[in-house]
Order: sequence, then structure tokens, then C-alpha cells
Amino acid sequence: MSLWYWFCDFFPFEMLRWDFMKNAMLALLLMAPLFGLMSTMIVTGRMSFFSDALGHSAFTGIAIGAICGMSAPTWAAVLFSVVFALIFSYVRSRSNQAADTLIGVFSSTAVALGIFIATLGGGSFTKYNKYLIGDILSVTPGEIGLLALVLMAVLIFWVLCANRLTLTAIHPQLASSRGIPVGLSQTLFTVAIAVVVTLSISSVGLLILNSLMVLPGASARNVSKNLRQYHGFSVLFALLAGIGGLTVSYYLGCSAGAAISLILAVIFAVTFALRKGNA
Amino acid sequence: MNLDIHGGSCGHSCCLRVENLSVRIGGDCILSNVNLHVHCGELVALIGPNGAGKSTFLKAVLGQRDYEGVIAFSEPGQRSKKPRIGYVPQSPAFDPSDPVSVADLFACCMSRRPAFLGLGKSMRALVLECLERVHGEELIDKRVGTLSGGELQRVLLALALEPMPNILILDEPLSGVDVEGMETLMDMLDEIRKNFDLSILMTTHDFSLLPRYANQVVLIDRGILIQGEPETVLHSAEFAQAFHMKGGSV
Repeated sequence: MSLWYWFCDFFPFEMLRWDFMKNAMLALLLMAPLFGLMSTMIVTGRMSFFSDALGHSAFTGIAIGAICGMSAPTWAAVLFSVVFALIFSYVRSRSNQAADTLIGVFSSTAVALGIFIATLGGGSFTKYNKYLIGDILSVTPGEIGLLALVLMAVLIFWVLCANRLTLTAIHPQLASSRGIPVGLSQTLFTVAIAVVVTLSISSVGLLILNSLMVLPGASARNVSKNLRQYHGFSVLFALLAGIGGLTVSYYLGCSAGAAISLILAVIFAVTFALRKGNA
Repeated sequence: MNLDIHGGSCGHSCCLRVENLSVRIGGDCILSNVNLHVHCGELVALIGPNGAGKSTFLKAVLGQRDYEGVIAFSEPGQRSKKPRIGYVPQSPAFDPSDPVSVADLFACCMSRRPAFLGLGKSMRALVLECLERVHGEELIDKRVGTLSGGELQRVLLALALEPMPNILILDEPLSGVDVEGMETLMDMLDEIRKNFDLSILMTTHDFSLLPRYANQVVLIDRGILIQGEPETVLHSAEFAQAFHMKGGSV
């Protein structure tokens, strides 16, 4: 951490004089490329809505953890999300209903269960707000370390399985005919999203998470012809929006999450307008 | 009714031997008592109404479905060796917005190096070599979602031919392909079959090209109704019954 602080002091920017800004910047620099990478697969696999549903299921996990008297309910949330993801994968493979319908079913159930548990016996759930909304500016060095570890693990999984996951996402029948265990790949992918979403949620917030997981990939699709451009643009857009959003929020005094999301939305609009030349 | 036109035993030129094959899904008997021999370098077409069990049969041969009975493969000199099966799946629709090029598709199937890092020189050369077999070198940088039906079938065919299989299985390769594309594709299959002495097993709903290209036609409807030379099968009473009385399309 001190190395990073020392590095930040090299820059003559006023905003990088504050430790919380240094922390937030580091967290974003770690997260943005990885989320940019994941978002390509989430968008290709039509899982955009799923990461949102997972955010809600994490809340239920936190409520369960808090009821059980755990001091760090995040781990209960991770466990719950993974179970949620596994049950979802199972139901999806057995049902002929569209994935978005099933996600709707799971999402509302999870939210209802979370609120039910949290308010049981007249409890109030304002204390859970921190987990739901989160704030990139309040991220602690410890959380950044944990984030870095998880992201590293996901990155390794990604590089090892990228081709299989891509093939499974674009054409499941072709994938299975090439001997790829389609069900297993989908499940592993779902679990990976579950872990990343849940662990990131309390430190960075639902808003940044969902926009970083969907928008870079969606924008990159507008202007890419092959996988290399797709992933490259996606990572680039995520980084641009991350750094840009944080800077804008500092100087305008607005929410960092909102600024990042809005910049991503602008990038999407611009790439959408440019898309014609590429179609 | 079962007709095994090749008799019980077959010589070393028999590539795929199916005996007494039955497939049940749940309590439902999808296929029963299927006997079929496919010889090396032969094109066998499976025809039948929708829901007749053609795809199920292919899946059993591919080992993706449980079955009862015998499915055995053999090559000249090497009996019952585990064969390499090339498979071109049905309805290969890609999302037109997916930024996946033909080269990416090959890389995803053939290499462990993440395709999003780009293709190495040797990989690109290999992809071009594969596409050359189907006269599709110019397709390498096209997005898979923008290919026409015929182009896509050629790309998938090229994919199934690397590594060169012993048997090539195609599920409805002619669906979604225009008339001109069909002839191109069938000519290509014919060329590959002759050049590589490859056995080809395909399902189709298009009967007009069968007399020209198929060595054997098998009419299936939950079991084999009739099998033999294309002309024989297409003019049989079983064929007329299976398609006309069920309102199928000829």
C-alpha cells in the first residue's frame, strides 16, 4: 500500500493527495480491467440481468449472516450467492423457460427473503444500506487486498477457460459436440460471477458493479469485429470510465458510482452512433 | 420392418456398424431395433418426418445419448478403434451482434490460448489451411453472425474436418441454405469424401439432391422403415406413406 501511496505522490493532482482517493483509485484500477473482461462474457452469455439478481441475493446472504451473529456477514453472503448461483444453474438446465424469466423468479425471491429475515421481529434494515449502496470512496486497504486476491483468482480461471467459455456462450451445441462440458462451464462461470459480485458489492457498491459488468462489453460490441477488439475495447472503456468517473466526482462533488456509470452510458451512446460503419 | 442390405457380417470396408439399436428417453421409445452399416467412403442420408428420431440416432452414434444395442466402429486394419467423429450440429445460428470472427471460432475450438489475445501466426496459418478445404479462405475475418447459411455450413464443415475424422456426421446441413448453396455444399462433401475416403452420415429434408450424391438412403420413423439406393427408397410405398399421409414436405 505504501508503495502505491508513494507512487501517487508523484502526480501533481490535488485529488491524489487524499488517502481515500488513492485507495479508491487503486481499487478502480484493479477492478476496471477485470470487470471489462468479465463483461464481454456476461453480455455474450446473456447474463447481464443475472449479475443484478446476484447483487440482490447478496443482500439476503448478509441478512442471514447478521441473524446468525456473524461479525463479517460478507462471507455468509458469498456462500449464499454461490448456492443461489448453483440452484439457478440447475433450474435453468432443467427448465425450458427463458433465462430472464427464471432470473426474475430468483431475484424477487431472494430480495423478499432478505427483507423478510432482516425485518423479522420488527427489525429495521437501515444498517444493511452500506452493503447495498456501498461507496468506492470508503474502500479500505484491507478490502483492496481481498479484492486483488479474488480478482487474481478469477483472472487465472478466465485465461485458462476463456476459449471454452466463449464457445459455450456463443453456441452451446457446437461446444458440446467439441467435447466441452457445457453444463459445468456454465456453472463455473455463474459461480465466478457470484463470488466477484458479492465480494465487491460491500466495498464498491451495487451501482458501479452492475454498470461495470455490463456496459463496457455492450459498448465494445458496437465497434468490434473480433474477440481481440471486443475484449480490448471493453477493458479500455472500463478503465476510462473508472478513472474519469472518479476524477469527475472529486471535482464536481458527486457520487463516484453515478459518475462512472454515466460515463459508461455516454461511451455506449457514442459507440452506438459509430456502429453503422462496422455492421 | 428392418432391411439390412449388407447382411450380418461385413468386411474391413465397414466403418460404422449399428446393430439392434434402441433409444429410450424417459419411458418413451424414440428409436427401436435399428440396424445400419456405413462403409468407408460412403455417403449415407437419413431421412424421415420431424420427430422421427434422426437427430437422436446421430446423438447415440456420437455418444451423447444412452442407448441399447451395438454401435461399433472399425477402420481398415484396425478393428473397433475409437474413431474420430467430425460433427456439424443442427441449426447453427449465431447472434449477428457477437463480435466473433471465423478465425476466433477456430481458435476457440482448437487452441487453449485465449482467443481474445489474438491469433498467433501458426494458428492463423492452420485456420487458413482448414478453410482451404472448403474453399472459404476469404471468410477468415468475417464475423460468424454475418455469414450466409451456406458459408456458415462450410465454416462448420471445415471445423469438423480438423483433425481429419474417420466419420463425418452432419445434422441437417442443407437447412437454411439456398438452392445454389446446397449444390456447392454437396459437391464439396462429395469431393472431401472421395479425397479422404471419408464416411459421411447426414440427415436432410431435401430429397432432390440425394440421387446424385447419396450412396445409401435410410428412411427412419422411430425405427428403420426402408433403406437402400436413393431411387429405391424415394419411390417406395414406405416413403410415400411416411411423408404424404403425415402431411410432411417433399
